[in-house]
Amino acid sequence: MVAADLQILLPEIVLSVYAMIALLAGVYTVKDRAAPMLVWATAALMALLAFWIATGPSGTEAAFDGAFVSDGFARFSKVVILLAAAAVLLISQDYMARRDILRFEYPILVGLAVVGMMVMVSAGDLIVLYMGLELQSLALYVVATLRRDSVRSTEAGLKYFILGALSSGLLLYGASLTYGYAGTTLFTGIVAAAEDGVSLGLLFGLVFLITGFAFKVSAAPFHMWTPDVYEGAPTPVTAFLATAPKMAAMALFARVVHDAFGGVVGDWQQIVAFLSVVSMFLGAIAAIGQRNIKRLMAYSSIAHMGFALMGLAAGTAFGVQAMLVYMAIYVTMNVGTFAFILSMERDGKPVTEIDALQMYSTREPLKALAMLILMFSLAGVPPLVGFFGKLYVLRAAYEGGLAWLAVAGVIASVIGAFYYLRIVYFMYFGEEREAVETRMPPVVWGALMASAGIMLFGVVNLFGIEPLAAAAAATLVD
Amino acid sequence: MIGLEHYLTVAGALFVIGIFGLFLNRKNVIILLMSIELMLLAVNINLVAFSWHLGDLTGQVFTLFVLTVAAAEAAIGLAILVCFFRNRGSISVEDVNVMKG
Repeated sequence: MVAADLQILLPEIVLSVYAMIALLAGVYTVKDRAAPMLVWATAALMALLAFWIATGPSGTEAAFDGAFVSDGFARFSKVVILLAAAAVLLISQDYMARRDILRFEYPILVGLAVVGMMVMVSAGDLIVLYMGLELQSLALYVVATLRRDSVRSTEAGLKYFILGALSSGLLLYGASLTYGYAGTTLFTGIVAAAEDGVSLGLLFGLVFLITGFAFKVSAAPFHMWTPDVYEGAPTPVTAFLATAPKMAAMALFARVVHDAFGGVVGDWQQIVAFLSVVSMFLGAIAAIGQRNIKRLMAYSSIAHMGFALMGLAAGTAFGVQAMLVYMAIYVTMNVGTFAFILSMERDGKPVTEIDALQMYSTREPLKALAMLILMFSLAGVPPLVGFFGKLYVLRAAYEGGLAWLAVAGVIASVIGAFYYLRIVYFMYFGEEREAVETRMPPVVWGALMASAGIMLFGVVNLFGIEPLAAAAAATLVD
Repeated sequence: MIGLEHYLTVAGALFVIGIFGLFLNRKNVIILLMSIELMLLAVNINLVAFSWHLGDLTGQVFTLFVLTVAAAEAAIGLAILVCFFRNRGSISVEDVNVMKG
């Protein structure tokens, strides 16, 4: 019986065993000189696992009496998480090597964080949920502090740690109330206990759980850590924080509200809709005053989380499908954008000021064009893929009976377009200033171009992601 | 007779004290770590009380997991704090302000 259970967990086991072996090997042999090799090995292993999970058996399997669920939804999320983490590892290598922060722990910690995320999205039990979430968070606190000799990086790590621990505490309090009033930690048991309406205790548990998730996905009004952590952490770490953990936290959010509280959609729908509308507007408005591109991306991610939550707020299978499509597109766009941000430098020093991009297009027309496509796509300008992501969530909200939310989304999207377009304006019509260099090794260049290419050519059929997301959502929402 | 409500009240009070400790404290980052620990321990009281009330062991197993994770969390928090202290020369909450926000 245990062997059959472990069989289902095999991808997670492989990655965690690999991480521990690599850690020991790194400590006892050549230490940081092994880092470039470890980055490639970890990225290759993640890509391999993604391929394995994607081509593996379909259908729903549950391990350990339902505490760990491997269904289509979990597999879709895991593939996105693994590919995003692999891509970020590859684009960050050159940056970190030149800034002398390429430590061998970095790929290992990213690997462990990914194990945590994979456990999160497969959780079928509150204990598993908590363990996965903490494994992810603890690894992320450490990578945010990776540049130990910088005040900014350690301050970012400290802020991330304290607010992350606060959110874990809130989530845990919610978990304890849910356990107490449902009598079990299994999601299947909780959904049965909530069958004829939630009791007051269960409702409190649900609210605390959602608050904890809102912190993790950086939805307003629980977003205050995001800009500081994004700005202070080393740029490759920021790139990582903006992609895989967001997908994982959003998938976990969807898993809990649908698997454990799927019978009482009306009770959480309003909360999620509120989070969504506040995030969209706050992200769109607060980003306007930002001069630092990393802070700007932080507010951009808050706004995007608002849009993804809009899909979730619909409370339907189509809503979950829209959320999955939106998150996959968002992660792809962010990998490309951060590939560009990583390469911004002047005299070998990283530059993060938006002003530095003035008249960039005259020097590097191709890269400027790729960046233009990505910015338009982030803003949701038709005919690019980012527009279709927004269209999906708006449609989901409208069909879910939240027409006001869809209207608010359109308005927020128009406001938010301003700061993306300003970057494009600077690149094409700005005034000549001190130039910024963007030296790109082939991998980073490839990531930028591939991401921009996907945004451009994906409009044909979104690379077939749509039926996959539909199948994944169908396994979560019956 | 001490019942479930009493335990839940104590746990709720401790949890709220923990949250207030995080937001009202302006002096020392160590106090923040203590507040976080207080929150997690309040949750543990909740879990054990529920476990006893329901006659179900899951809550106590959960408590053991929470205790373990809290220990790991405190270790990482202190490590980050040491790094921060080396760079900034202070662990006052008011000095965690290089970045606005």
